[in-house]
Amino acid sequence: MTQLALVIDLNVCVGCHACVTSCKEWNTSGAAGPLCDENPYGADPTGTFLNRVQTFEVGQYPNTETVHFPKSCLHCEDPPCVPVCPTGASYKRKQDGIVLVDYDKCIGCKYCTWACPYGAREIDEKQKVMKKCTLCVDRIYDTSLAEIDRKPSCVKACPTSARLFGDIHDSESAVSQAIRENGGYALMPEWGTHPANHYLPRRKTHLKIHEDELERADNPLKVDGKLPKPSKSEPTLDDVTSW
Amino acid sequence: MNPALSVIFLTTLIGIGQGLFLALFTQQSYALFDLLPHQDARFYGWGSLLALLFTMAGLVASFFHLGRPERAWRSAAQWRTSWLSREVIVLPAFMGILFLYGASHLSGLDPVLVTLPSGLGINATVILGGIATMLAFALFVSTGMIYACLRFLQEWHTPLTVINFILLGGASGFTLATLYAAILAPAQTGFLGGWAIIITLLGLLGRSSSLWRNARLRPKSTLQTAIGIKHPRIVQTAQGAMGGSFSTREFFHGKKASFLHAIKPAFMVLAFGIPLPLLLISMSQPSVWLLGAIFILQYTGLLAERWFFFAEANHPQNLYYQTIG
Repeated sequence: MTQLALVIDLNVCVGCHACVTSCKEWNTSGAAGPLCDENPYGADPTGTFLNRVQTFEVGQYPNTETVHFPKSCLHCEDPPCVPVCPTGASYKRKQDGIVLVDYDKCIGCKYCTWACPYGAREIDEKQKVMKKCTLCVDRIYDTSLAEIDRKPSCVKACPTSARLFGDIHDSESAVSQAIRENGGYALMPEWGTHPANHYLPRRKTHLKIHEDELERADNPLKVDGKLPKPSKSEPTLDDVTSW
Repeated sequence: MNPALSVIFLTTLIGIGQGLFLALFTQQSYALFDLLPHQDARFYGWGSLLALLFTMAGLVASFFHLGRPERAWRSAAQWRTSWLSREVIVLPAFMGILFLYGASHLSGLDPVLVTLPSGLGINATVILGGIATMLAFALFVSTGMIYACLRFLQEWHTPLTVINFILLGGASGFTLATLYAAILAPAQTGFLGGWAIIITLLGLLGRSSSLWRNARLRPKSTLQTAIGIKHPRIVQTAQGAMGGSFSTREFFHGKKASFLHAIKPAFMVLAFGIPLPLLLISMSQPSVWLLGAIFILQYTGLLAERWFFFAEANHPQNLYYQTIG
């Protein structure tokens, strides 16, 4: 069984909102119609977003830390929003675990939002149907796109690679490894919704230095095997030569 | 939550309709066993049509809650899992049987269908009334369970939610039945008024219990579990949008805490405190005007009660929407 999901690394998210705008751009331009905004340039602007970045301050000054927290539908493995839907418009796909809304069946009763503890769904105030993250289901299977582009648009947009995308039921996938090795966790575990999306906590940052960064790989002296190896007591080239 | 007028009117109006029908059928059941005088068919007939009017008004109100009312028919599809879907099926079923019950009385088409061994004849209206009674309770349960089944809305996730929907709908329906009897069958005012007092008292008990329970709830979700960071002090500094969103509109009532504190005693007085003594007075001196006033006061109180029921529920998603930015 496949369960596609996002793994969001709070350790590297810088809160730039690139995922928010990229998500909005992709999902407002698709076949499902726009993600409507109201008064976008007016006094009281509001609109439909499938992904938002929030900011939290953890700790007491001066020992504080700013945590940027991207939030979208978590594609729960036991989604409470699905069974409550009276029309069946809300459903979880068997083949990949994505939770979707059929916009042609939704009656806009908003009951699913009451049943979601995460506030992940937003009604489109113009189309009057419920909208939510689709994990860019219209991108990830699109064979007309290059293989590398078949990822959710938020993942493609993230400049710090804070968003990983993959199958969390495949133990060898990058997302499963990230969850396993970096303490990935789910939000509000107390409700037993088993969110598929995971978050990686703030942690000690490890600098990974590759071999070729320590020693210049294309050093011509090294290539020719003529690297001078003077002993420490000898004067260096700079000491004896005026350039 | 942000109380929606459409849902407040839906739940209170169908409650009156169900309660009024149950009151009429209670009287008919007593009459069946000769415990009370059997009333003219018009008493049951017009009464059940009045109940039908209330359920129809509730049904109309419910459509205002839908973004896409033209697709409402689809909502009967998921009755296996969704209480909302079950309500959508049971409400018209109840209305249909209620109509047949009233029509059977008014048309005089009320043959004896079964004769019990004791010689007691069971009329068509008794059977229709029995079915409608089951449907009325099924409707109360469906409506209540829509809210009670949402486990993270801790204020609602209790059997008291369903019990109170039954008791409060019953109280207003029996009060209306008492008023109706005072106009059409004054001899029955005492019987129905007595039941109205009992159910209103039980309603007072049930609602006080849920208020007592909810005042002592400890939220299971905290900002710590919401974002998964273990630290006693976490403050939101930005919620991702300056102009508000669906998530900031749907889940908060937008009133001050003082308003919330004021409305609690107000609805307790209006729905229970004033109607109870007045109903007792009208037991000895039945007056149509007094009973009319009691019904209107109690319904006003129940509207406020339903507003508070929604406003009181604190959705865990609000943890993510505390500071604009």
